[in-house]
Amino acid sequence: MPTSEQTLDEILSLASAQFKVPRDKLTPDDDFFKTLGINSLQALDLLTKLENHFGIELPDYELQGVSDFRTLAGKIQARL
Amino acid sequence: MLNLDEYSCLGEALRDALDRWPSEVCLIETDRDREKASLTYADFKKIALPLARALRDAGFYAEDRAAIIMSNQSKWLISAYAILYSGGILVPLDFKLTAAEHLQLLQHSGAKLLVVEYYLWRAIMQEPEFQNHRLTTVLVTEAPPKADLAGAKRWEEFHGTGEPEFVKRQRSDTACIVYSSGTGGRPKGCILTHQNYLEQCKSLTAWYPFWPGVRYLSILPTNHAIDFMVGFIGPFVCGACVVHLRTLRPEFVRDAFVRYKITYVTLVPMILKNLERGLREKFDQLSPAKRSLLNASVALNKLLTKNRPKAWLSRRLLPQVHKAFGGELLALITGGAFLEPATAQFFYDLGIPVANGYGLTEACTVLTVNDLKPFRADTVGKPLPGVGLRILSPDSEGIGEVAAKSATVMAGYLNDAELTAQTIDGGWLLTGDLGRIDASGHLQLFGRKKNMIVTEGGKNVYPEDIETVFDGLPVKEYCVFAANYLWPRKALGREMLVLLLRLEQNQSLTDALKEEILTRNRKLPDFKRAGGYLIDDKDFPRTASMKIKRNLLAEELGRRFDRSAVIEL
Repeated sequence: MPTSEQTLDEILSLASAQFKVPRDKLTPDDDFFKTLGINSLQALDLLTKLENHFGIELPDYELQGVSDFRTLAGKIQARL
Repeated sequence: MLNLDEYSCLGEALRDALDRWPSEVCLIETDRDREKASLTYADFKKIALPLARALRDAGFYAEDRAAIIMSNQSKWLISAYAILYSGGILVPLDFKLTAAEHLQLLQHSGAKLLVVEYYLWRAIMQEPEFQNHRLTTVLVTEAPPKADLAGAKRWEEFHGTGEPEFVKRQRSDTACIVYSSGTGGRPKGCILTHQNYLEQCKSLTAWYPFWPGVRYLSILPTNHAIDFMVGFIGPFVCGACVVHLRTLRPEFVRDAFVRYKITYVTLVPMILKNLERGLREKFDQLSPAKRSLLNASVALNKLLTKNRPKAWLSRRLLPQVHKAFGGELLALITGGAFLEPATAQFFYDLGIPVANGYGLTEACTVLTVNDLKPFRADTVGKPLPGVGLRILSPDSEGIGEVAAKSATVMAGYLNDAELTAQTIDGGWLLTGDLGRIDASGHLQLFGRKKNMIVTEGGKNVYPEDIETVFDGLPVKEYCVFAANYLWPRKALGREMLVLLLRLEQNQSLTDALKEEILTRNRKLPDFKRAGGYLIDDKDFPRTASMKIKRNLLAEELGRRFDRSAVIEL
């Protein structure tokens, strides 16, 4: 199982690739809506990509109120 | 459909609907691509009545208030029916609010009963104010086997035995208390009567009918006025079927259209734009020959449907597009926020009419809607039967505040006679929206008179709702405004909230202060966040009791600054 830091790093890399934002512009505490310039629907798309990558299923409500990469990583880590 | 003139309350109409179409499917619930439930009207009744009986046994009586905090699912509608059957008053709350906001509105509404999803209840239980709640019964859905429910009961095990007593209500009685906004400031609980809902349903279904076999895809939250009407009351009194999706992932929404051959769906403009973007990308990937063929088919469809939609014809001309939507879609319903005319036109040209409407919770659901005779992308349609519209103090272009008179206008705001008096004048609902009625009777909207924004996702946000998050910010004073309130523009869209800061003498906006503002802003749900800030060097005008004179301050700011002075957050 990856460590929390590895999970976080993989999320940042995936987000960077999907939304074409340089990896070095993304930091764990960034508000991803703002940094990636996405709306809540696009955030759900990102969630699907993360599910496929990590082989887990996250209900939509897990994203409710979450807007930074670190919290998102915590939600994913808890289900690995 | 049922003849709604014969009914005095929602519970009575729904009760007859369950008996009228026992073998029709009324609800389908899916989670991603897994179908979790498919209920006929008879099945629905079999689950709802024991719940109603258990509610009565638990001491829930006529006029008692019952809140529901759940995402879209069959248990939402079953619970709502059991509450209405028992003569109760529904308080549908937005499940996307924070736990603190839920507690505040539970308190304000005086709810005695709460039906809530487990994960939301868990968050509410952790709030400092939790111990002060006045709920007597809490029903929690989908709780894990050994979960601590803090005195709540499991919805799935809450059944009574024996026939429950049906409690009839009068048309003038309250059916629902629906919060249009105001969690952080002044809660605006709209008191909507059975008359409001029955008349709204009658007028809306006159233009957009349902019938057995129609499948409505429910995506907007059911607590939202539109989904409550077109994703519950409307389909049920017509014997139609509601499909609930437990996810909003675009790929599963697309699948649901095809799998369930959806007839109607309501989408907020943000989702419509997303769909448009996806379709345009697909069109761009077509080979030049196929693209030319598509363009020719669209042009022909546009010509042949100029005066009115012809679903059968559009499906033949553009079979691939319609197949992607399940092949039986009659209209995309939209409202609740500004829709770009180009987006509406894009879908109409493909043979998918967009029923763009205008309404507000204070008027039950909807006041105007596109009647498609012919389709107009540039307006929010014509007043529904029974709705009177007036433009107050129109300017030289005929633009003024929209006022509405209709049997669907609320009785008032809960516990707020002052605000009610400011909002309903001689039976006319003052909407706070600026509009014009054109020569063909269509309403066009041009902006807002109120200090508020409506997001692309259809959420109303009032500055007072978010100001409390900045409490204690180390500055001299602060205030939040809607940008379009400071700098009125005769257009909709591009709405944002602006945080106005007055710094202490010799104070500057340091990185640390900016970081604190950002951190506090992030505590708000994304749709409620301030989009920018503005620094003022003058003290805010205040009343004798030290309240900020917002209107005066807004006027001054509008004069002293322009929109470009706002710095993005």
